[in-house]
Amino acid sequence: MNPGFLYHFGKFVQWFPQIFSKPENGRMYYKEVVRQMYDIGVGSLMIVFVISIFIGAVTAIQFAYQLGNSFIPPYYIGYIVRDMAIIELAPTFTCLVLAGKVGSNMAAEIGGMRQKEHIDAMEIMGVNTSSYLVMPKLIAALIMIPVLVSISALISNFGGYLASVATGYYSHSEYVQGLRSFFVPWNVVMMYVKAISFAFILTSVSCYQGYFVKGGSIELGEASTRAVVYSDILILIADYIIALVLTV
Amino acid sequence: MIRAENIFKSFGDNHVLKGIDFTFETGKTNLIIGKSGAGKTVLLKILVGLMNPSEGHVWYHDRDLTQMSKEETRELRMDVGMLFQGNALFDSMTVEENIRFPLDMFTNRKLKEKVERVNYCLEEVSLGGINKKFPSEISGGMQKRVGIARAIVLEPKYLFCDEPNSGLDPKTAIKIDELISEITKQHNITTVINTHDMNSVMEIGEKICLLDAGKLAWEGGKEEVMNTTNKTLEDFIFASPFLQRLRARALGSD
Repeated sequence: MNPGFLYHFGKFVQWFPQIFSKPENGRMYYKEVVRQMYDIGVGSLMIVFVISIFIGAVTAIQFAYQLGNSFIPPYYIGYIVRDMAIIELAPTFTCLVLAGKVGSNMAAEIGGMRQKEHIDAMEIMGVNTSSYLVMPKLIAALIMIPVLVSISALISNFGGYLASVATGYYSHSEYVQGLRSFFVPWNVVMMYVKAISFAFILTSVSCYQGYFVKGGSIELGEASTRAVVYSDILILIADYIIALVLTV
Repeated sequence: MIRAENIFKSFGDNHVLKGIDFTFETGKTNLIIGKSGAGKTVLLKILVGLMNPSEGHVWYHDRDLTQMSKEETRELRMDVGMLFQGNALFDSMTVEENIRFPLDMFTNRKLKEKVERVNYCLEEVSLGGINKKFPSEISGGMQKRVGIARAIVLEPKYLFCDEPNSGLDPKTAIKIDELISEITKQHNITTVINTHDMNSVMEIGEKICLLDAGKLAWEGGKEEVMNTTNKTLEDFIFASPFLQRLRARALGSD
């Protein structure tokens, strides 16, 4: 195993409890949480909307192609798009994309503050910067990313509808019948478990990369890249583990 | 009063500080001077607790910074203000929000009281009326003053300034020096300035510590600088032929 990984894992584990120390001023943290919720939530709506439409549309087209002239009833298309979106594509795809958008932003924001001595300035004032800079982001992500994933699941179904009904492959009633068939509420639980886990991963990894950045603009760029790459890899590993644990 | 006791600092095999001892008195403007790479910034970071020494102690009166818990350090820092070399003003906040930040974070005062305090601090640094401007909209000298205003907003007992004159024209630099000196006297605080600006040394250096290759090469007041026989200090202060001629003339006329 790469010793660098163990070093960073140990450093991360040591650093992490500092994030959850008592805030110096609850109101300041609250304001920061609201600001982050807006940035993460509203700021990511458009990209989530676009990818979700295509997730649903491509899933519908692909399965329509797979089903072909088989004996599987046509209404299954709605059922397949719905479950694919809820169980896998909405949480995983959305969070992979958010790791790129939100994660890199967090790493760059905190890393930039480190380089401009803003973090040192706050430390001198007596602010617990690990807590003030990371905790609001973490709370905001844990609230907003599941909301974005829910929206993504909803819009994916709409994307599937557009690709299959609006293009004339299937009828409205067939698609809707599929959407209403074989619904398993546990799948929604699984979606939220994934969304929350992925939100935690992408936020904490990105903040860690930004907080401990050293050097200049090149290193900051590298830290942003690492934030995305490591978040994506860990999200995929977590996806596998969650699927294994919650479906077996 | 701040006392450094036998401070050593090494980064691997690189021994940056090699046993530094000094005492900085309350109500005085204390300067740490030295060539680039002499260890000034590392020493300043150790003094404010942003870095731990490899050996030695830093005393704030009777409290040893190096032995404090994180909570105790944060408590002490309520008494510390610092002006950074690059100002470290938060770009996305206005001047008022920058100065108000410590008040927002650590006090429960009403907004009106906080704004009054901000205005008072801005007046102290002769910058009244720029509350709503962003740091990018004001000059480097003004940014320095805003940095000073933010550093003093919580009425600190200790003020640290890292290269307060860097990047400023000589006239503005002198104004910043005078401002820091006035604030030190007015509020009776212990001020520590990290600089290699000769004007600062000669104008406001009540106590000067010269670092050379990680060691304390000389200490004294600005009055003693002119007549020094210390070779390291002479080489540092009177590095240019122009200053050497000035000194010769000054000593000659004395």
